[in-house]
Amino acid sequence: MSATKTAARTEPTRRDFLYVATGAVGTVGTLALAWPFVDQMNPDASTLALASIEVDVSAMEPGQAITVKWRGKPVFIRYRTDEEVAEADSVELETLKDKDARNQNLGPAVDATDLNRSAGEGRESWIVMIGSCTHLGCVPVGLAGDFGGWFCPCHGSHYDTAGRIRKGPAPENLLIPPFGFVSDTTIKIG
Amino acid sequence: MSGGHSQYKPSSGLMKWLDARLPLPRLVYDSFVAYPVPRNLNNWYTFGAILSAILVLQIVTGVVLAMHYVASTDLAFNSIEHIMRDVNYGWLMRRLHANGASFFFVAVYIHMFRSMYYGSYKEPREVLWILGVILFILMIATAFMGYVLPWGQMSFWAATVITGLFSAIPFIGETIQLWLLGGFAVDNATLNRFFSLHYLLPFIIAGVVVLHVWALHVSGQTNPTGVEVKNMRKETVPFTPYATIKDLFALMVFLLVMAWFVFYLPDFLGHPDNYIPADPLKTPAHIVPEWYFLPFYAILRAVDFNIGIPFTEVVLIDSKLGGVIAMFASLIVLLFLPWLDTSKVRSGNYRPMFRQFFLIFVVVCIGLGWLGSKPAEGGYVIAAQVLTAWYFLHFLVILPWLSRYETPKPIPASIADAVLADESSASSADKKTAPQAAE
Repeated sequence: MSATKTAARTEPTRRDFLYVATGAVGTVGTLALAWPFVDQMNPDASTLALASIEVDVSAMEPGQAITVKWRGKPVFIRYRTDEEVAEADSVELETLKDKDARNQNLGPAVDATDLNRSAGEGRESWIVMIGSCTHLGCVPVGLAGDFGGWFCPCHGSHYDTAGRIRKGPAPENLLIPPFGFVSDTTIKIG
Repeated sequence: MSGGHSQYKPSSGLMKWLDARLPLPRLVYDSFVAYPVPRNLNNWYTFGAILSAILVLQIVTGVVLAMHYVASTDLAFNSIEHIMRDVNYGWLMRRLHANGASFFFVAVYIHMFRSMYYGSYKEPREVLWILGVILFILMIATAFMGYVLPWGQMSFWAATVITGLFSAIPFIGETIQLWLLGGFAVDNATLNRFFSLHYLLPFIIAGVVVLHVWALHVSGQTNPTGVEVKNMRKETVPFTPYATIKDLFALMVFLLVMAWFVFYLPDFLGHPDNYIPADPLKTPAHIVPEWYFLPFYAILRAVDFNIGIPFTEVVLIDSKLGGVIAMFASLIVLLFLPWLDTSKVRSGNYRPMFRQFFLIFVVVCIGLGWLGSKPAEGGYVIAAQVLTAWYFLHFLVILPWLSRYETPKPIPASIADAVLADESSASSADKKTAPQAAE
């Protein structure tokens, strides 16, 4: 009995091979079948197809802010006063909690200077950001908080006038979506 | 049941016929009629039955509500008002369901603290305890998704914040969040899947309850002395009528309190902001979860600092991930309780120091709940940090330490001894007072 057992262990039979092969095909098949059930929960085609939006900002005065909806989330557009820009510009980079600009128009690993956070040279007064707190996604309140920027009421995160996290649990600066000025008075987001 | 031999005797020919084919009556008889329970169970032991009853209530009212509710971002809020105003007894169904959820948690918290005090999680009941923790986690998930369905402001922002927790996971967090939401923000896709899962999970809970009760009936119930049953005849009574009637009485008292809320304070445990339809562009000034999540919410917010390598700028865990880890850890640690408290003495009645620390722990949990309802600023944050630290110290340091160094009081040799000692001391006290009364 033990002799046959050892023999079976050292030399697999054709039958053993068939067992293993059948099991392997069954496992792969089950996993392949499971994938559609998992993937159906991902954003559907109509959600992904949400196009970009254009916003007319010709009526905005310095110091004003508006909120528009893009991909189901609020986007803040703020036309900052010169004092607000100067104040945000004077902040030392070293003192920031998140030193990355988080600006999708500039690419990764760019310093979070006020210029890099704004709409760019010549348009430093404009700031466009996704209005979703980087902590847990609440909408921060504008013109509030310890730094005159935004304040998230949910868990007490303070952002400055360039939307950079300065105090509270949020880990990152407010994200800047892909956007650009298509004319002097129209912003295209997305 | 722990004896393993059935006492069921089919009474009629039909029952004999059925018993030989599907012994369901035998199972019910052995589990809920003849099943022996220790004779010294007190009222804290009635909450298992209360929880079962509320689960049934939640499923029945929930099925009825689903007949009238519409899971669509355009119609959900109005369909709730339709249930409240137009549907016959719709107001009653919804009040029962919403307050039923709250009282479900009242009962489960009492049930859990009872288990902790009497050491019900100890060998050989570890699996029973772990199943209980799994049930608690399933209840949390179910209650959260149910709270989203009315599609008010609190519903929407609770969904945003809680699914946002998953975005804290390094590298794959954002992908998971997108997958959970089915979009870039909480929207129709999210509402529909939450409805589907909210309908599914209670049946999963019912299934795990069956396992929980099965595990209970294998090991048998604990009792306030923590001593195992030694003499079936002297120390136990049959489940029916003794436990059934006692549980029913406790259930009546419990439902009486719940009825007070359902009929006179129906919105007391809710939040007025949830009567404002969901608005993705505006977060309410002060978001708080339902009261039963407040301790965990306080733990989540307590971590407002990055954890890194000291004296460098390397951040290992940022504040957001830290809070999420702390909150989930506060639940996961419960799973390990049977191996953290290794004291051979089960019942807190015979562990004087454990008893003190248990009471402190209860106060800490209630304190965390209170702090969870307060804004996350100033002294509240510091207090939440202290209590969060204590919560984990209790499990990870105090319980293992007590298990080694505490000197327990002598435990009774048997349940019968403990019960008879109580009776004799009571009767001797009677004898002492009796002559005075005669004078």
